[in-house]
Amino acid sequence: MNNKNIVTVTNLSKLYGEFVAVNDISFSIRKGEIYGFLGPNGAGKTTTINMMIGLARPTGGVININGVDAVKNVKKAQSIIGIVPDESNLYDEMDGFDNLCFCGALYGMRKAVREKRARELLEQFDLAKVGKRPFKAYSKGMRRKLTIAAGIIHQPEILFLDEPTTGIDVESARQIRQLLITLKQSGTTVFITTHYIEDAERICDRIAFIVGGNIVAVGTIQELMESVSHGHTIELVTDSNLELYSDELQTLFSGCTVKMGTDHTVSIVSREAIPLLPVLQYLNDKGITVFEAKEVRPSLEDVFVKITGIEAEKLRKEREKGGAVK
Amino acid sequence: MKTWIAFWNILKKDIQNYYLKPPNISWGIIFPLSWTLMQLIRTTGSVNISDIKQLLPGLMGMSVLFGTTSMLAVTITFERRGRSFDRLLLAPISLSTLVIAKLSGAILFGLFNAFVPVIFAAFFIDLSGINWGAVFLAVFFIAVTSTLLGLMIAVSAKEIFEAQTFSNFFRFPMLFLCGLFLPINSLPIFLRPLSYLLPLTYGTDLLNRTIIGTSMLSPMLNVIVLLVFSIVLFKYCQYNIRKKWIL
Repeated sequence: MNNKNIVTVTNLSKLYGEFVAVNDISFSIRKGEIYGFLGPNGAGKTTTINMMIGLARPTGGVININGVDAVKNVKKAQSIIGIVPDESNLYDEMDGFDNLCFCGALYGMRKAVREKRARELLEQFDLAKVGKRPFKAYSKGMRRKLTIAAGIIHQPEILFLDEPTTGIDVESARQIRQLLITLKQSGTTVFITTHYIEDAERICDRIAFIVGGNIVAVGTIQELMESVSHGHTIELVTDSNLELYSDELQTLFSGCTVKMGTDHTVSIVSREAIPLLPVLQYLNDKGITVFEAKEVRPSLEDVFVKITGIEAEKLRKEREKGGAVK
Repeated sequence: MKTWIAFWNILKKDIQNYYLKPPNISWGIIFPLSWTLMQLIRTTGSVNISDIKQLLPGLMGMSVLFGTTSMLAVTITFERRGRSFDRLLLAPISLSTLVIAKLSGAILFGLFNAFVPVIFAAFFIDLSGINWGAVFLAVFFIAVTSTLLGLMIAVSAKEIFEAQTFSNFFRFPMLFLCGLFLPINSLPIFLRPLSYLLPLTYGTDLLNRTIIGTSMLSPMLNVIVLLVFSIVLFKYCQYNIRKKWIL
């Protein structure tokens, strides 16, 4: 990954009548990174991706993809990108191999080239054995994998994926995440939209939170966490009840907040980094055994909840139901 | 070259996936055949062989009209519903290339339909002396304009049943208004202007001229009007696709 921006979106907006689907958003994607758009259903993720790939016309704004104005010169931009929609849109009657070859032909690949590439992709995506099976007979996970393979048959520099792991089994989702990481390692820039926080956390280099058509935060996971966590927290798990030592600990570690937890745990919260040795030394002197000492960081879910105000539980329920966050 | 590869593969895919399917082949053969027989077996109940040549232009025009409009409208609506049409819209080929590729399959299907009654007729009557180049030109224009009507319907329909309903709304009146089986001069006077607003009227007139030797308008005028209809319908469909499918 380098710092050169390969995609730049400036003041992008989309209105459907009076409804603002995307509200004047700007962001950029660096070459070779996996950039995630994380937000609930109805946040504007698909509208944004549709504008970027040429399936929707922006009401305003500029989209630049590798030096090409993707609003004015849609077809040129489409030749350098790969697209994986949220629903598998290959041809049910055609088998996996023919579907891939057909998608290659749409990008002008010659017969011998696209057939060779289709065979490679079927191998890479673990679909070689079902390559001659009609697409309609594929499982959901297989369909999604073949759709991703179709999106990269022409070896695009940038790959756009809309909700790549939605509605598929855990193993297929894991395989897809691994495939995306492999693509990144081979130099492909990846833009994904998702409402799975775990997906974003596992594979994205940078994440933008989008809610109600607005980008409310952008950054690496580290940066996003630091933006909501103003300090350090150390949690210790011991063999004793530490309530007796609460005041003493508080006095000893002035400037820190000491919180007693359940099950013989104690948390020490400080704005500055907390040196661990004095704490362990103190407890050791008191004859207390420390089983575990760890720095507690907020999860991406905590960060998302704090920044967007959307409860994580709602997001989870929405995922299960496929409905929108209210 | 890249455009040609894409164009050819879209056409090939449509022919393999839709037009060469047994139900469509049987439709392409049985429909014109049954209409031919129905027209021939008059109230007396006997087949009147000498009428075949008179009926041929109408049967050819009708076969093309029904074959092209239904096939294109249904296949596009089907692909739109399954979202596989989005894949074509996202390909780096111009909208014109995409539209022409989709039209080509239906036009070829229409041409095939048109010549079923001809092959049938060849067993019973002498078809020598007919200018087949002119017949092909007329059938080609009927196929193009009918296919474009099918596309116009496909752009407006969201469901397959809607596409079929809209198709019938256009097609059945055209059977009577375009001079396929009833001369336009025999229509009530207030209906005649409608006939001249439909491209099939000019295609049928051209066919009548080449097969029977009678026509209302000059062949050149028919060709020019059909060409204008083709261009206008193509541009209208292109405009509508951009407006309705790229939101």
